[in-house]
Amino acid sequence: MNRSTYIVVGVVVVLFLISWILKAVSLSGEDDGYILRGFLITMSAFLTLAIFSFLYRDNPFYKFAEHLFVGVSAAFWMTQGFWSTIVGNLIPRLSAGLSGFFMVPHQPSPWNISYWIPVILGILLLMRLSAKYGWLSRWPLALIVGTTAGLNFVRYLRSDFIVQVSSTFVPLLGREPHQWQGAGAFVSQLDLSATGQLAALLTNWVIFVGVFCGIVYFFFSKEHTGVFGRASRVGIWVLMITFGASFGYTVMGRISLLVGRVTFLFRDWLELIS
Amino acid sequence: MSFHRGRTSSLASGLTARLAIFIIVIAFLVTPTSWSQADGPDPVLAGSDSALASLAPITSLVAEDNTYDNGNALRLIWVPSIDDRLIDSKIIGYRVYRLAGAGEPRAIAELPPGSNQYLDETVLRDSVYSYYISTLSERAEFPSNRTAAISPQREWINLDRGYLFLIALAIAGAVIYYVTVAKRGKKLFVRKIAGLEAIDDAVGRATEMGRPVLFIPGIHDMDDVQTLAALTILGRVSRTIADYESKIFMPVARSLVMTAGREVIKSSYQAAGRPDAYSDDMVNYITDEQFGYVAAVDGIMVREKPATVFLLGAFFAESLILAETGNSVGAIQIAGTARPAQLPFFIAACDFTLIGEELFAASAYLSGEPRQLGSLKGQDVGKVIAMVVMTVGVIALTFAEAWKIEFMQDILDRLSIIFSTN
Repeated sequence: MNRSTYIVVGVVVVLFLISWILKAVSLSGEDDGYILRGFLITMSAFLTLAIFSFLYRDNPFYKFAEHLFVGVSAAFWMTQGFWSTIVGNLIPRLSAGLSGFFMVPHQPSPWNISYWIPVILGILLLMRLSAKYGWLSRWPLALIVGTTAGLNFVRYLRSDFIVQVSSTFVPLLGREPHQWQGAGAFVSQLDLSATGQLAALLTNWVIFVGVFCGIVYFFFSKEHTGVFGRASRVGIWVLMITFGASFGYTVMGRISLLVGRVTFLFRDWLELIS
Repeated sequence: MSFHRGRTSSLASGLTARLAIFIIVIAFLVTPTSWSQADGPDPVLAGSDSALASLAPITSLVAEDNTYDNGNALRLIWVPSIDDRLIDSKIIGYRVYRLAGAGEPRAIAELPPGSNQYLDETVLRDSVYSYYISTLSERAEFPSNRTAAISPQREWINLDRGYLFLIALAIAGAVIYYVTVAKRGKKLFVRKIAGLEAIDDAVGRATEMGRPVLFIPGIHDMDDVQTLAALTILGRVSRTIADYESKIFMPVARSLVMTAGREVIKSSYQAAGRPDAYSDDMVNYITDEQFGYVAAVDGIMVREKPATVFLLGAFFAESLILAETGNSVGAIQIAGTARPAQLPFFIAACDFTLIGEELFAASAYLSGEPRQLGSLKGQDVGKVIAMVVMTVGVIALTFAEAWKIEFMQDILDRLSIIFSTN
């Protein structure tokens, strides 16, 4: 780091201290732990700004926030995994002595192999740390991958195949309350409203044609040429229009997240808005 | 006088005795049938006018094992009380009693009037139970016969999903057939997938620029098929990288993915004849925390400036952040996910995007292995089945709704049964 970096860091540290003091003073009348709370709010605000600073370019403040976030979260998830899974679920069922050591209530139960299988697989996974027995770590991995594939086969067959097919059974000429009564009646009683028969028919046609052509696009055994190619092109158009709508919808959601963060800065930290 | 009094007393006592017998006989005749049943519990009455509010109990109570479960449910079926059909019925509901073995009856549920079945899901497999059901009025309850003893059983096969099994069998059969055909040496055609065609060019670009390739396998664990597909593609990518003597870096958010990723890259380097060039540092665990991982990967992108970024796997809110950062550092980006909500971001910010199933088809396309190609062709058979069934179903429904053609309704009903979601 050069001299100017030290100066900028020093200025930010001073600003942080001033902000902390001012925030603590403003909270002193309403909160007993106002010093700690003032520190936490100021820290949250500075870390938020540090992350936002990435929009300009990579810089030491972003690096600090990034490394703090990664370090804290990695430690948190490891601790969480150890205490909730191993100490919380496994040890109370395996050993009274270990339960006492970790100060969790022992749950005496008859010897059950289903508790020992994950212990053995976990130990096998840790064999990766050994150069000589590292190959043993492939066994639990193979079990996880194989089990996942097997279980997901049935799940996806139902959700992505059966449900999709049955949901596409739509009447192309309408149903109650828009019962088809012939082309003449349809034209003479044409209703262009969103709840009318025309809208209902268009919806059903879009569903059927869209799904059909979408499947054609994902058909890999035939070159997409001729009629097949045109159907495939309709399919990709349907997909792109859907993605466009989804994009706009999700961006709106992200903007609401930004609004939430800016609200925190201006209300909780700076107290400029109420 | 005393004689007269005594005679009167004798007459009175005779009349009382006859009256008592008469009342007993009448009471016996008007008493509900169930009260006289030997194996049923006694009625529970409250209040002096209970006889006036007497109700017929339920009949034909049967307890049977609930089929296709783990032996943890029994089903009760009965015919509701005759009095339940009256408009001004006095019945306020039914109370289900259960006897475990030779134990005391215990009320386990209260049901509204009109109920005719109940599923008891609080039983234990292989324990013995019997039941009776009381018809409830405001002041009394009128029990039914007790069922025969029954114990819940576990079934190993769920025949309710028979059609699902047949559909799976058809698709699996097609996969096996095509795998066999491919193994015999017949060349199976798979159309070009644009994003995959670009892999070699993208890795070559990284080599020429002397920058690394960044491979991001999503943020899900090994129990997600998208991660598995990403690792399959990683095998091909890392093989190309090993051939080109380029560099790869793979930050991960799950420890198991780190282990699997190292295995894949190591195998690729060995297959390329360059095991010495492999290093465990190529795959690094960052954190399980979604946005912690994103912050770290963004930092890696702007500092290492990779020439090529692969974003393949399961992505969520981080997809646009990662893709935009990769775009800002000028990397050529090849993305792919099966999550519809994230695909728009990849399409907007990446050079090539594998949409949905293209991600899964990629591994077969890249490897050219008979097993994977056969699997891909078998899945195409599934798509043909879907298109045919959809077309038939839509035509049948359209004709059945518009012109009330019974034959079409029959077809639709049959298809609906086969493609039901139960």
